[in-house]
Amino acid sequence: MPVSPRYRVTTQTTASRVSLVIALLLVVAAAAAPLFVSRGTVQDLFFILTMLVLAQFWNLLAGYAGLVSVGQQAFVGFGAYAMFAAVSLAGLDPVVAILVGGIAAVLLAIPTAFFVFRLEGAYFAIGTWVIAEVVRLVVAQWQTLGGGTGTSLPRSATRDMIGVEQLKDWLGLKSSAAGDVVTYWLALALAVATIAFIYRLLRSRRGLGLAAVRDDASAAGAVGVDGNRMKHLVYLVAAFGTGLCGALIYVQTARISPDAAFSVIDWTAYVIFIVVIGGIGTLEGPIIGVLVFFLLQNALADYGSWYLLVLGLIGIVVMLFAPRGIWGFISDRTGIELFPIRRRLVIDDDPQTPDTD
Amino acid sequence: MQWIDTILQGLLLGGLYALFATGLSLVFGIMRLVNLAHGDLIVLAAYLILILVSALGIDPFTAALIAAPVMFAVGWALQYVVLNRTLGDDILPPLLVTFGLSIVIQNALLEGFSADSRKIPAGALETQSIALGGINVGVMPVLTFVSAIAVIVALNQLFYRTALGRAFRATSDDPVTAGLMGIRAERLFAKATGIAMVVVTIAALYLGTRANFDPTIGPARLIYAFEAVIIGGLGSFWGTLIGGIIIGVSQAVGAAINPEWQILAGHIAFLIVLLVRPRGLFPRTVG
Amino acid sequence: MALLETRGLTAFYGDFQALFGVDVVVDEGEIIAIIGANGAGKTTLLRSLSGVLANEADAIRFDGAAIGSLPAPDVMARGIAMVPEGRKLFPSLSVQENLQIGTYGRKADGPWSLESVHALFPILKERRNNPSTALSGGQQQMVAIGRALMSNPRVLLCDELSLGLAPVTIRDIYAVMPRLRASGAAIVLVEQDIEQALKVADRVYCMMEGRITLSGTPAELSRDAIHDAYFGVA
Repeated sequence: MPVSPRYRVTTQTTASRVSLVIALLLVVAAAAAPLFVSRGTVQDLFFILTMLVLAQFWNLLAGYAGLVSVGQQAFVGFGAYAMFAAVSLAGLDPVVAILVGGIAAVLLAIPTAFFVFRLEGAYFAIGTWVIAEVVRLVVAQWQTLGGGTGTSLPRSATRDMIGVEQLKDWLGLKSSAAGDVVTYWLALALAVATIAFIYRLLRSRRGLGLAAVRDDASAAGAVGVDGNRMKHLVYLVAAFGTGLCGALIYVQTARISPDAAFSVIDWTAYVIFIVVIGGIGTLEGPIIGVLVFFLLQNALADYGSWYLLVLGLIGIVVMLFAPRGIWGFISDRTGIELFPIRRRLVIDDDPQTPDTD
Repeated sequence: MQWIDTILQGLLLGGLYALFATGLSLVFGIMRLVNLAHGDLIVLAAYLILILVSALGIDPFTAALIAAPVMFAVGWALQYVVLNRTLGDDILPPLLVTFGLSIVIQNALLEGFSADSRKIPAGALETQSIALGGINVGVMPVLTFVSAIAVIVALNQLFYRTALGRAFRATSDDPVTAGLMGIRAERLFAKATGIAMVVVTIAALYLGTRANFDPTIGPARLIYAFEAVIIGGLGSFWGTLIGGIIIGVSQAVGAAINPEWQILAGHIAFLIVLLVRPRGLFPRTVG
Repeated sequence: MALLETRGLTAFYGDFQALFGVDVVVDEGEIIAIIGANGAGKTTLLRSLSGVLANEADAIRFDGAAIGSLPAPDVMARGIAMVPEGRKLFPSLSVQENLQIGTYGRKADGPWSLESVHALFPILKERRNNPSTALSGGQQQMVAIGRALMSNPRVLLCDELSLGLAPVTIRDIYAVMPRLRASGAAIVLVEQDIEQALKVADRVYCMMEGRITLSGTPAELSRDAIHDAYFGVA
């Protein structure tokens, strides 16, 4: 039989295959980190990973679905409060209660979607902010969970959390340090799962549809992509991930108040800067952005409000002059894509090569 | 009688919210730009008036008269140098740049004035009241409301009686064809934001003389302003006034039931309107 | 010296080239018709002349000055007014306001004012307070022409005046051309309605695929030559 070229569609590139190997090694190293580094470093890594998760979900909303939300703190706070309620009132283990936080965030997102999707573009943004304010004000009325001043997780709950006892024996840690390691591993797992999930989503048929809707909603509609449905789906998914992450953050913090849990600065402004500086609309952007953000925060933490002022200015300058962020800058010059989403047509001379997609 | 009093207070409060909202409505109407730093610019103007009052020993109204052209220049330059670059089909740049601006203004004010609450002293006016149909109302709230109406009348005159107003409306309809009429959109937008900042100065005058303020209260004012604009329906200044009144009355009634419910009641009223009339109470029929 | 002139004018939409070295000359008081099929580059030429599309500064000269790189408001201020394709009236403005806005960027003395435009198109006076959207297509075209005249332009660019109008209305619109010329403005007509264009024009340029394929006075040009220039030689 004569050998004829075959065509196949692939999204892989050499860089992506190399980066997959490096990523696996990094994850293994990160998982092993608590064995070698100090408790302070574990907490820093926890912070980086949770901000990365929030940034990836905000990026999915704004960068891929065109839904600019300034109200993701609603889901951080509501997920966290739901976790607190499940632990303090229902006596669930905090690790299990994190799942309750994620589900609660989705349950909140269903009615709020009904309101915010009546607003378009910029008004959607402020609409999400109003919703977050409403949720904060309502939660602050919940006296059982401390009302406006907040409350702490019962000490017994964090001490008896899944895995803490085993880690104490295994690594010889105090229970508070062991708790940090447990939450750190959960954060690592959540970050890896988030990136893997979003990457898969973007490479799927649904993801293609999403890109089509972002580029031209009416044209996408003409070829049968239901843009509104896609956007609703993304909104709910982002709420779930953000709620999980909020609950996880507050398992580690173990103390909550409405002002902190629904802070627009902590859970939305920082996240927006991470994504904008790193590169909006890419999976790599938030990863780079969160590292830059962490370095900036360490360098400028002593300067109080100057720090936020500088962060705001950097965000404005990047948006005006390099709207695709640091990753866009790198990728334009090198052509590297670590998480390629574009489908490329490859002509195979070797018919033995199996189809990959 | 107590309820009538509450509603009257809420109505007058609505005048303040309408002043917050009018600048936002003006800029959105002309260039479809939502400025997330709008509330922070109001607070910035309040500090400017405060500085003028304490440095020159003048009364706040004179200070606002001096602050207004300064704020016009600030708005003109902000639009011409920064915001014009963000306009286009993509909604991300204007939102993210103005959000960054909001953070910058808040923290610059924190650095310059600390987080302490301030108030612009307005002398005897602060405590004076007049009897309206048997109910005593403060002179300042009445002045605020009258100013809101004056601002809306003036803006309507500007929009419907002047060449500049025609250019605003034409550019809002179709910026390319407006260019063929010799209208330079970049400069026209700069003028519009300048005018919005004059309205912001008037809002700041009443914000700062009626209650305490600090550098972080801007975003909440933005939200009230936004709610008033959406309730009123885009593109109608009188609608914006009604929207402000609805928020003000809801807050006053909410506060009368339980002081903790004041802000929440305003938001709930907004959500109810969004539910039953998603395009606002007075949507523009054209376009 | 020509009033308005293009030399080797090229134009691009992104990577797509729409004009390939177009040379056109318009003298004072002339009526020039530019004809050609859809996609020949006629509208692109007008968009370049009016400044909506930016070009090389030297590619367009007006009254001795290089204006090719000027934006539309600057071109308009110098005295080149446009009647855009599809009229493009401002729906938020009344009929009278649509006329008034024509003077926003250029207030020059000349024969045209609200009164003289009303005299040219009396119906516009009658309907001056109506929204422009309430007018018929022909009346809207009158507003668009009047709006351009209000600035007393030295060159009037008209893009597809006949588009979407009934034949009788087209005749009415074209009937005012001699009066426009008599007022002193040079006129550039872009038209698909060749009959109308040839009737009023002093000179004709025929375009195909972004190039001028034929030019001359209507008397010089035979039907066959125009046909070939229009559709290409088989």
